[in-house]
Amino acid sequence: MIDVIFREQNVYRENRREHCSFPACCFNSGRNMSKQNLTDYKDTLFRVITFGAAMVVLVVIVGIFVSLVEQSLPAIRKFGFFHFITTPIWDPVHEVFGAASSLYGTIVTTVLAMAIAIPVSIGIAIFMTELCPNFLKGAMGTAIELLAAIPSIIYGMWGLFTLAPIMGNTVEPFLQHTIGKIPYLGSLFSGTPLGIDILTASTVLSIMIIPFMASIARDTFMLTPQVLRESAYGIGATRWEVIRNVVLPYSKGGVFGGMVIAMGRALGETMAVAFVLGNKHQIAHSLLDASATITVTLANEFTEADSNMYMASLFYLALILFVMSFLTLAAAKFILKERSAP
Amino acid sequence: MNLKNIFLSLLFIATSLTLTAGDTINGAGATFPYPVYSAWAFNYYRATGVKLNYQSIGSGGGVRQIKNRTVDFGASDAPVKPAELKAGNFLQFPAIIGGVVPVVNVKGLKAGQLKLTGEALADIFLGEIKKWNDPRIEAINRGLTLPDSEITVVHRSDGSGTTAIFSTYLSVCSGDWSRKVGKGKSVNWPVGIGGKGNEGVANYVKRVNNSIGYVEFAYAKQSKMTYVKLKNKSGRFVEPSFEAFKDAAAGAKWNPDTGYYLWLVDAPGDGSWPIAGASFILLGKEKPGVNRRVVKFFEWAFKNGDATAEKLIYVPLPKLLKSSIQDYWKKNGID
Repeated sequence: MIDVIFREQNVYRENRREHCSFPACCFNSGRNMSKQNLTDYKDTLFRVITFGAAMVVLVVIVGIFVSLVEQSLPAIRKFGFFHFITTPIWDPVHEVFGAASSLYGTIVTTVLAMAIAIPVSIGIAIFMTELCPNFLKGAMGTAIELLAAIPSIIYGMWGLFTLAPIMGNTVEPFLQHTIGKIPYLGSLFSGTPLGIDILTASTVLSIMIIPFMASIARDTFMLTPQVLRESAYGIGATRWEVIRNVVLPYSKGGVFGGMVIAMGRALGETMAVAFVLGNKHQIAHSLLDASATITVTLANEFTEADSNMYMASLFYLALILFVMSFLTLAAAKFILKERSAP
Repeated sequence: MNLKNIFLSLLFIATSLTLTAGDTINGAGATFPYPVYSAWAFNYYRATGVKLNYQSIGSGGGVRQIKNRTVDFGASDAPVKPAELKAGNFLQFPAIIGGVVPVVNVKGLKAGQLKLTGEALADIFLGEIKKWNDPRIEAINRGLTLPDSEITVVHRSDGSGTTAIFSTYLSVCSGDWSRKVGKGKSVNWPVGIGGKGNEGVANYVKRVNNSIGYVEFAYAKQSKMTYVKLKNKSGRFVEPSFEAFKDAAAGAKWNPDTGYYLWLVDAPGDGSWPIAGASFILLGKEKPGVNRRVVKFFEWAFKNGDATAEKLIYVPLPKLLKSSIQDYWKKNGID
């Protein structure tokens, strides 16, 4: 209250000063005009600079798209679109290229990583906003943010040297002996458990995206108005009911947004996956088989791609990934808009 | 005071950079010889004051960069074909030799115990031989008991000169391999899992029981892996060693007229290791001034660099080949 009064006084004083100097203004109108011009000029300059900065983004995106298309033209001409994305063969020696195996690997690892990460990160967020004792909040928040700051190559090395042996020696044989015995579902876990496979890659990926999802979900949960929460408690709702019926519905949009950002990261993740996926161009039916993703293929084969068609096919893969990520984000924006419209 | 110091040192760095810029040789390409080239470069700089800046961006990139003449020399693990040499107006010569060694992880097997032929190796990598106690393997290894378990094949997942040498060897030994898979820096592997880099393959082989893979000689030696004896062209089973690689290089028919285009696989000679390959240097023919500086470096390295190379477990070129290369330089107008 005191603040407001104080501010008003200041405004009043300033107004007065302007009024006072008004007559004087007439005498040096020239000088003041130029001052006016200068501010105008500065305004325009500022507008141009910020506009330019914003345009850089657009120009870069369009530029990347155009150069990808240009570089991949030979492959587009030779293989077409549907033929390219449905051919599972990747044979650099005979120059037969198809994206199906890499696309399959990209989609399967991403979906599986999301399936692991979504429940875990929502759980983390709920615990941190609703249940966590105060003294733990800071430490846990920092820990999760640190997890997001670890470079992906470190996840890759950890995955290869630490996680893969655990998966191959313990987790995967266990899964084979339990879920593997169930008909149909069991075929997902067939084959020799080596620890270098889709399952391990997805696990590493999920650990990498959990911090993103969890911290965005936590932030949106915190945005739920305290009034809503307290009213719910007031009419006798249990903690579970408050979370289920008040907090979650209120923050649906934000949680969904977090998922999409995380999915974008999973789609584009390279180094960590390159270490533990086995990098084999095949459409694997078992989660314990090696596979390859688009980014891994690019990272592995770009430096030594010697023929033009090989290079063009790699660019074609990159183009597909570019469009795929773009469409995912666009779809997410669209859905968010639809949801928040009413 | 502090700021002044920083400023002065920056100024010093800037001037020293501009001063030495003219005395730098720029090269790019193959990753395999990178350690030895950079060790040579370090010693060469100490001896002469000339810097060599080598970027290991991969053989494909090296060839592309020298094609555009953005570097002074390119380096490639695979020899460039004579027709392409002509088209690109290149000179080509080998600089260092390396080899590929099949390594296994089978319980009870020690290094050098298992013997294989090229055909058997190709059949394993084709997925035709599925188990270690396959009669085709047992026929070569009389007296050795091998487990009745499935073989896990490990190969490189990234494009590499190592794969090029290995798949060329399999193509030479097996018609089936040559028809179905062929040779190249990355091929369409019929079976197995892919590891990234030598370290990736080595790691998988060490971890996965009953596996077989292939790594560079240096890598196999340094990480003490269970290597395999291979049958060479003379019908003898040899171990991978410096001598075996030197024999392979000495027995081969190097031809300067084709830019030394040669795959050093299945080379003749009693003691030759059958899977080897040279790493090559590419020069733009029309730039004698630049080439003279590059060649001076390699001349120095040929004379003084053998010990350094062997310390890093690379195989230096045999003497005859070195003098042939020096003649090749002279013939092409580079002193």
